Parts: sequence; structure tokens; C-alpha cells
Amino acid sequence: MNLFLETLIGGLLAGTMYSLVAIGFVLIYKASGVFNFAQGSMLLFAALTFVTLLEKGLPFAAALAVTIAILILGAILIERTVLRPLANRSPMTLFMATLGLSYVIEGAAQGLMGAQVHALDLGIEDVPIFIGDVLISQFDLVAAATAVTLALVLALLFNNTRIGISLRAVADDTRAALSIGINLNRIWQIVWAVAGIVGLVAGMLWGARQGIQFSLSLVVLKALPVLIIGGFTSIGGAIAGGLIVGAAENLAETYVGPYIGGGITPWFPYFLAIAFLYIRPAGLFGERALERV
Amino acid sequence: MGSPRRSETTAPLLDVRGVSLSFRGVKALSDLSFAVARGEICALIGPNGAGKSSLLNVLNGVYVPDSGEVVFRGEHFRQIEPSEAARRGVARTFQNNALFRKMSTLDNVLAGLARHTRSGFLTQALRLPGARREERELRARAETILEFLDLQPYRDLIVGGLAYGIQKRIELARALVSSPTLLLLDEPLAGMNAQEKAEMSEFVRDINRDLGITVVLIEHDVGIVMNLSDHIVVLDYGRKIGDGTPEEIRSNADVISAYLGTVH
Repeated sequence: MNLFLETLIGGLLAGTMYSLVAIGFVLIYKASGVFNFAQGSMLLFAALTFVTLLEKGLPFAAALAVTIAILILGAILIERTVLRPLANRSPMTLFMATLGLSYVIEGAAQGLMGAQVHALDLGIEDVPIFIGDVLISQFDLVAAATAVTLALVLALLFNNTRIGISLRAVADDTRAALSIGINLNRIWQIVWAVAGIVGLVAGMLWGARQGIQFSLSLVVLKALPVLIIGGFTSIGGAIAGGLIVGAAENLAETYVGPYIGGGITPWFPYFLAIAFLYIRPAGLFGERALERV
Repeated sequence: MGSPRRSETTAPLLDVRGVSLSFRGVKALSDLSFAVARGEICALIGPNGAGKSSLLNVLNGVYVPDSGEVVFRGEHFRQIEPSEAARRGVARTFQNNALFRKMSTLDNVLAGLARHTRSGFLTQALRLPGARREERELRARAETILEFLDLQPYRDLIVGGLAYGIQKRIELARALVSSPTLLLLDEPLAGMNAQEKAEMSEFVRDINRDLGITVVLIEHDVGIVMNLSDHIVVLDYGRKIGDGTPEEIRSNADVISAYLGTVH
């Protein structure tokens, strides 16, 4: 029983990190209808900027503040140079633009900050602790708490500020939002900046665990099954999807893995995602697309 | 909520000058000119496809006319962004409701205040005193509008599930809350029964008289239009075929043959 609990809880906690990555996608998808392929590069860029500033000797808080300022500037730049000129184009055009953007961001990161692996120490010890008689990773606990806090803060922003109302309005009906004077360009800037900051948090946590390196941008691929399961349009869905993927891959590795030779964690989430596509193509919390023709 | 007093009060609030618009060679509006005086209710009537909605879309910047210009509050423009039009005081509703269907009535109305936000995102998120005061004032304004349009019972309900007539009124509330100078209504009575129509036209009259807002509306129900409006512009195939008071329109031969003649 303990083994089951440990596997489950370990999986759920790891899943919150997947959720964190997926939330960045959901924010942008909701506000601009774009699957942002560059989210992984943004995450890498943010984490790399942060760790480089730390290595330059900036204190933790200052490095964080400067990184966030750079991300906000980056969001404004992306909105001006990529999104605004392509407004009203097809989603496929925008998707291809984010594909290009991801190479630009990765190239810029590599050109400015080099390609070596950086270690990041957030001061959280990665040692397991006993809660009751269940063994749990302390780092996973902190990461999970961070993810949950971030999700709560985002929910608060969306529900309690009028800019939050504007964001939801744009996500709901862009044409109507324009007609009542909502500044779409401004909303896009805010959303991309927030997605960048969410990426920074995710990048810091992932980076602390496996080092900040270029493979970090590949966590995008981990987010894909999470989004398919949870739905592209719901932050709650991203959280649930992350938890499901985390728990399922851990349980499968422990209980199914031994029978088929182990090492199934890398592909099991995709298997699960395909199963979901059969049963519920819009995801658990996604909206079913009803289009009038 | 009154409109700002300016020196140009004798000049028309809205002056449409020689506006033409075509879609891939099909003329939607040809050389159209008319003026709307401050404080009046002006109705646009005409058969389907006469160009009424296209005209409204030109007025709030959704379409850019091929030629001609629009003068609003003494400012000339040919091309204007819809959000810029909203900031200058043009509010509108749509023929097919364009509400935020997944949001509550109150949130829909609050969204209409977007252009009035002075405090920034951070001040709002951190609930600093300045933002809190502004938030209180704006919420109070939203509540007043809900009260004014008898929408309080639906305040916290998600609009997607409400009756069509109620949704039309919520859309009107969202347009009103921004204290517009000019309100454009695209078929505000469409799809309503006789009682709802009577209520809605009463609301439009109140908005015009009590709040001093100039209204341009599109409506097919000629009986209601004759009663409600001070000024009627008749369009047919993108041309103006009549322009005057309801009495003048009633006796205009062109209008009768083109449009009224088909109505009993």
C-alpha cells in the first residue's frame, strides 16, 4: 500500500510541474487562439537569463526582477513585430510564426548567453522526507506548492481585476471586445508577459532539477499530452491534466513497466493522450468547438 | 452622464459625407450623406441588403469606406479602429448579440468599462487604494445601469443561458455603461415579441431623454420606428432615398414605392 501511495503522490507532485508548463500555453491560446510553439523557448530563455544574472553576482531578488522586466519587454516586442502584423490571419499562419519565433528566441539565448549547462541552486534540498510512513521528495513538495500558488494568483487576477475581465472578454469574443474599446494589442502584451513569467517559474523549477540547458525547451513536448487531456482553454484543465499525466506515468512505470521491460515513462503520456483523443477530443475541461457554417 | 458641452453644439454630432463602400465590386453604399443632430434618435430603415449594417460598421470603424469621410464631434476621419471609436464615445450593439457568453451579466457590463481604467494592472492586482476607489466608483456605475435597465435579477447569472430579449438588454447595458456620446443599435428589437418590443423601445427612449445620448438605430418594424424616432434615413441598394421627419418620410413617394408600399 505504501508503495502505491508513494508512487501516486510522487507522480502527482511531479505532475504539477507539467501543469506549470501547460498553463503558459493555455494563457496564450485563450487570449489569441494561437498554439504557441515558442513557449518552450521562452521558458528556456527566461531560466537562462535568470541563472546568467545570478552567476554575474546579482542577488536572487534582483535577478528575478530584472528577468521579469526583460520578459515584459520581450512580450511587447513580440506583440509589435509578430502578432500585430499578422492579426486576423489564420491560426495556422500564427502557429507557423510562433515556430519561427521559437528559433529566434533559442538563437538569441544561445548567442547572448552561450550553450553550456548551468546549475541552478534554489536552496531547496532534493532529499526525500517521511510524511507518516510515506516517503516524499521535499523538492517535489516545494515545486507543487509553487505551482498551486501561481495558479491561485492567476485565478485571482482573472476574476478580480477589470483587466482580468478584459482578458476573459477577449478570449470569449474578440470582435465584441474590440467594439467596447478593449485594446487588443495591450491585452496580448500582458498575456505574453504573464506566459513568460509562468515559463520563468517553470524553467527555474525544472532547471534546478536537471540543470538549465537547451533540452529544457523540450518540456514543450511534455505539455502536449497534458493539454490534450486537460483541454487547451482551461487553466483548471491544465492543472488536472498535469496531475493525471504525472500520476499515470508514475503508476504505469511501477506496475506495468516490469512486464514490458520498463522505461515506459517517456511514451506513456502520449499513449494516454491518444486514448483521450478517441474518447473526449476537446479534453476534460476544454470547450467543444461548435462552429456555425 | 450628460454629453460634454462644446462650442459646436449647433453643428451636427455626426456628419456622414459622401461615403461609398464596396465589397469586391458589389456596391454596398454609394455616395451616402446625412447628418445626425445632437440629442436625436435617428432611425435607418430600408429593405434587407440596403446597406444599413454596413453603414453602422463604417461608423464604428469595422469597415473602412472606399471614399468619403465621417465627421464626429467636429473631428474628421475616414479610417478609425473600433477600439479608438469606442474611446471617442461611440458605443454599439450588434444584430446577432455579441456578448461574452461565458461571463456573468455584471462582468459583461464591467467589461464595457475597459476604456475607463486609469490605474494599471499592478495597482489593480495589488488592490492599492487608488485602484480600489476607482473600482468602487466603476462598479457603482455598472450597478446603476443594471438598475436602470431592470437587469438586477440577472446580475450574477451567466449570460449564455438567458432569454434572447434579456441578452439584448444586457448588450445595451454594456454599451451604455461607458457613457457614450453616440449609441449605435443594430436591430435592437429583432426577434422580440410585441411586449418585449414595447419595453425595449421604452428603454431606448429613456436612454435618449434621461441620459441625453444620441441614438442611431436600425429597425424593421416601421410602426415602432415612426413612433420612436425624430429623424429617419431610408436606404435602398446603398443609396439614400429618403431623409426627414417621420411625417415627411410617410409622404415621400420614393420611399412608399421602394419600401413602405410592401408593408401594410
